[in-house]
Amino acid sequence: MKILVAVKRVIDYNVQIRVKEDGSGVHTDNVKMSTNPPDDNAIEEAVKLKESGKVKEVVAVTVGEEKAQETVRKALAVGADRGIHVKADSYIEPLGIAKILKKVVEKEKPDMVFLGKQAIDDDCNQTGQMLAAMLNWPQATFTSKVNLKDKAMEIVREIDEGLETLEVNLPAVVTCDLRLNEPRFASLPNIMKAKKKPIDQMIAKDLGVDIANRIQQLKVEEPPRRKGGVKVSSVAELVSKLKNEAKVI
Amino acid sequence: MSVLLIAEHDNSTLKVFTLNAISAASKMDADIHVLVAGSGCENVSKEVAAVPLVKKVLICDSPNYKDYLPENLAPLVSKLAEKYDHIVASANTFGKNFMPRVAAALDVSQVSDVIKVNSPDTFLRPIYAGNAFATVKSNDKKKCVTIRPTSFDPAPKTGGSAQVEKVEAVAVPNVSKFIKREETKSERPELGTARVVISGGRGMENADNFKLITAIADKLNAAVGASRAAVDAGYISNDHQVGQTGKVVVPDLYIAVGISGAIQHLAGMKESKIIVAINKDGEAPIFSVADYGLEADLFKALPEFLAELNKLNTIQK
Repeated sequence: MKILVAVKRVIDYNVQIRVKEDGSGVHTDNVKMSTNPPDDNAIEEAVKLKESGKVKEVVAVTVGEEKAQETVRKALAVGADRGIHVKADSYIEPLGIAKILKKVVEKEKPDMVFLGKQAIDDDCNQTGQMLAAMLNWPQATFTSKVNLKDKAMEIVREIDEGLETLEVNLPAVVTCDLRLNEPRFASLPNIMKAKKKPIDQMIAKDLGVDIANRIQQLKVEEPPRRKGGVKVSSVAELVSKLKNEAKVI
Repeated sequence: MSVLLIAEHDNSTLKVFTLNAISAASKMDADIHVLVAGSGCENVSKEVAAVPLVKKVLICDSPNYKDYLPENLAPLVSKLAEKYDHIVASANTFGKNFMPRVAAALDVSQVSDVIKVNSPDTFLRPIYAGNAFATVKSNDKKKCVTIRPTSFDPAPKTGGSAQVEKVEAVAVPNVSKFIKREETKSERPELGTARVVISGGRGMENADNFKLITAIADKLNAAVGASRAAVDAGYISNDHQVGQTGKVVVPDLYIAVGISGAIQHLAGMKESKIIVAINKDGEAPIFSVADYGLEADLFKALPEFLAELNKLNTIQK
């Protein structure tokens, strides 16, 4: 079997986001970038399935500018076999990304596509589900456990009320939760080896799909700042303020 | 034209977040039609019909929709969507699961997790885990929108009498099968919906000390949260994690105990109405977002806090 893993390059989760003064977006120059955290879980799970012998090949794909290739290279360093970089110069909405990934799926014919459950930059939570719909495949979203069978997989997913177990036929799309596994670090020898693994290049606008954005970003602003609070001197004062001033207990 | 809103329910009762979605939808268009798709869900349709903001209820009663599988639900919604301008659901695991499938089928770019409706086509939504707010305008003819339930008040439940119309089920692909659902049984409210949340951080020092937190949680009918540092240290399981990579919570009262206030944690709780910080380090960043800060040793402050709460005649639940 074969797994395609989609990865995205985002601002590192430890970086303090700074909004641009002109309201056009957030600062990305000289900001540390990393693989979207749940995408690391997606790669890890695919590599684990390969190590178990059930899966033969893991292919990592990303869509984005030149530097997005780093995320593919990182996937190769932790065990993916080869990579695909679909070049795109500017931001593409999840709908467009799903259309691009569908093209890649048609070419690669994987049995499964793994993605992170959500990207921590635009927080859309759409791409996996949209790709599944476009392919007419079943989906397993917010997946925290995968049990791969011959023609299906049993998965456990995180829902607001607790956990849900489903069986989805293959081929399928899986979006991965942080609880799925503990992503490994790449060892230095593997980072060196990854440099020799192939990364195919494709150009987004040459794929013959409509990737024009439909949503206009009018303004990006800082969330309203909280007013400076007060320090209280004792627990009794705290409880009294919560009861009588804030009226929350 | 009108709004098609997809109700969330368990086949016998309506889930409350649907009411929040209805109130958000009323800011897009007054003509709100609600789809109740399920199995043996007639009671739910009656509940929805009683909501005054709802103009019409569409009920699709079929075993196909018993377990809300998105592969089954999305084709029904996409078909009904032909007659509507807005397709709306809550941005919780229910809405997040099926709505992008509907949007893809309609070739619409979805607007996720809306916290404010500026106009029928312009919305405010948090990005970067709430570290920035984006105002976006959808240029698609139809809009697929998920709304963050905690950002809207629930619509009033009674007094309406909307007409209930039956709609036919559509073919399902039979590619997925529901096996089971295990709901977390807890005496305490769910982290995502609790009115009060009390969270512990690395300052708790070990798992056992969390009983200081749970004692207060019981008293306040609060959910128990934790910082990533406390989860990583193994003090508490990761389903309690509040933060960018955990849950985002917006309670009326958030009490952070022994939490320094890393960016990753603040992203998950700083929209709370009232924030209390208890920390022995007066310079901890958590104090910059706290409405009430108490610089104190938590091992002294928490038992005192419980004692003070016990003195109160009444506590809101």
